[in-house]
Amino acid sequence: MTQRIESLPVKSILHHKFFQHALRYGLTILLALLLFAGILLITGNKPIPSYRDLFNATFGSAYGFSEVIVAMIPILLTALAVALPSRIGMINVGGEGQLYLGAIFATFAALAFKDLPGWLLLPIMGLLGILGGALWAFLPAFFRSIGLVNETITTLLMNMIAPKIAGLLVFGYWHSPRETNMTPNFVDAARLPTFFGTRIHLGIVFGLVLLVLFWFVMKKTRWGLEMRSIGGNVQAARRNGIAIAPYMIIVFCISGGIAGLAGMAQVSGFYGLLIPNFSPGYGYMGFLISWLAGGDPLGILMMAFVVSVILTGGNMLQITIGLPYAAINLLLAFTLFVVLAKPVLPILLKRKTA
Amino acid sequence: MSLLALLGVLSSTIFSGTSLLYATLGEVVTERSGTVNLGLEGVLLISAATGYGVTVSTGNPFLGVLAAMLASGLSNLVFGYLVIIRRANQLASGLAVLFFGYGLSALIGKPFVGKLINSLPRYMVPGLGELPLRYTSLFKFDFLIYLVIPMTFFIWWLLYRTRWGLGLRAVGENAETAYASGRNPGMIKFQALFMGGLLAGLGAAHLSIAFTMNWAEYMTGGRGFIAIALVIFSKWHPIRAIAGVLVFSGAVAFQLLLQVSGVNVSPFLLDMIPFILTLTVLLVWGGTRKHSAPATLGRVYQGTE
Repeated sequence: MTQRIESLPVKSILHHKFFQHALRYGLTILLALLLFAGILLITGNKPIPSYRDLFNATFGSAYGFSEVIVAMIPILLTALAVALPSRIGMINVGGEGQLYLGAIFATFAALAFKDLPGWLLLPIMGLLGILGGALWAFLPAFFRSIGLVNETITTLLMNMIAPKIAGLLVFGYWHSPRETNMTPNFVDAARLPTFFGTRIHLGIVFGLVLLVLFWFVMKKTRWGLEMRSIGGNVQAARRNGIAIAPYMIIVFCISGGIAGLAGMAQVSGFYGLLIPNFSPGYGYMGFLISWLAGGDPLGILMMAFVVSVILTGGNMLQITIGLPYAAINLLLAFTLFVVLAKPVLPILLKRKTA
Repeated sequence: MSLLALLGVLSSTIFSGTSLLYATLGEVVTERSGTVNLGLEGVLLISAATGYGVTVSTGNPFLGVLAAMLASGLSNLVFGYLVIIRRANQLASGLAVLFFGYGLSALIGKPFVGKLINSLPRYMVPGLGELPLRYTSLFKFDFLIYLVIPMTFFIWWLLYRTRWGLGLRAVGENAETAYASGRNPGMIKFQALFMGGLLAGLGAAHLSIAFTMNWAEYMTGGRGFIAIALVIFSKWHPIRAIAGVLVFSGAVAFQLLLQVSGVNVSPFLLDMIPFILTLTVLLVWGGTRKHSAPATLGRVYQGTE
């Protein structure tokens, strides 16, 4: 007690939880940037101008910043699709496949009911997107709940199948008269509204609302309590009369539905059409974001933002210094490595002595 | 359908199945020590790009194979550093390695896109030299193809008939007990990862240097993930991995046969067959799975201090 009173105000700010969090995120990113600078040097690029480009492309202008938000939409949703089932101890590596199914179902609605007005068509697309993702999540959840196959491996395999369904439908039936590898542009009624003259679309609202809802359900409702108890100790939860199997199936289907909604938002809000292989691994990115954030809603928001900055900035680096686009995955990987390796940072260690 | 088409399908199945079997064997070894590397796809990409790059630069495909093995061995050690020394979550670390592989392979491979290479020399299957020329070209295989089945039995021998293999499997079942009986779980897990990396490197080298003979971003096309599924399919046993690869490659071959015989089915639909088949077999065999998985697979070994 006496120690706390004696300590200086500056010091207490330094050791405040939020500051420690911010510092940790900041140092993590700094270390990752240093590692990537090494790669830039090896490939004959100048790191500092490259990073200036990266910064300008993301924080330097209102447009750049809006692009970061746009990039954040799908990974925010897929991260939620991982965080939710992780609370009951289920691992959803299948966000990628569920995202595709959502996009496919939503595209079906956009093409089939294109004469409907927007206020009717968009909800139909959203619901079908959720349904598609939920269906794709149902099978793994069902087989896990009867103890047959682990959901990690089934969701992984189903990820491999989903883009091929998109390819089958687009090339076989849905392609536009001129191009065989994409559908025709959606009618305006099938496009999610955008804001402020940027490419930010309604999907961001889906993401934020679901994030708050996730926090609320987990903290404030009986369902959240029961789910946390299943995640904590399945045996104890079962003895307390919680029905495990229905929870597993329902929660997993909801999470699949969220990933499906991400797919719907992507085709309706971002592309305005369906291309096979449109996702550069949003499902896997979502998994990593959720894991890095420990399934915590605020952490998911922050990590999704960091990843979007990297992705958006990487787009710019590809144009300015001719790096292959895939190379930006390295910056992403370095960030992950630094977080996973949990390096001992001197400034954070002082906390114990305080 | 002509005999030639049939044999052509058989030949291309052997070529595409080889890299898969090497990768599966590698993952069997690492998973037997209790480590699951979900980033195998990324490791394969790095390895394929490195092998191809070295082959282009030196003109020697054998050096390329060596470089590929070394590259994937080292990539697996990076993964090992995260999950063994820093005790990070294996699934998350694996996905991090996946993105690392996407990025690094694109950088390594970029200068070599479209370059021609001396591919691995191919030798006639003994006893088939009498066949007409158009058949013989289908049965010339490189040494990696001839090596793959003996290698499978060698890995089986290593895992089940040597002290090293016993220790490795013991660590996968229960690291604490293995430690108590005088073994070093961390070191053994590292050795298993390096060994698995070398094997994956053979597969990746075969893919880029012997089979497709070029480099393209994301060229492994999900082979890493398929290998992980096949490990479960083969119940963590090297010999059964042959069966797993045969089933998968058989499905690919069936798909090629349909295409060759002019059946009008979308290639996308056919591409799904191997995955659906693997999924089905997993479900059918699922009931007994528990008894064959290494007991501590995927769990972080917290050390014994």
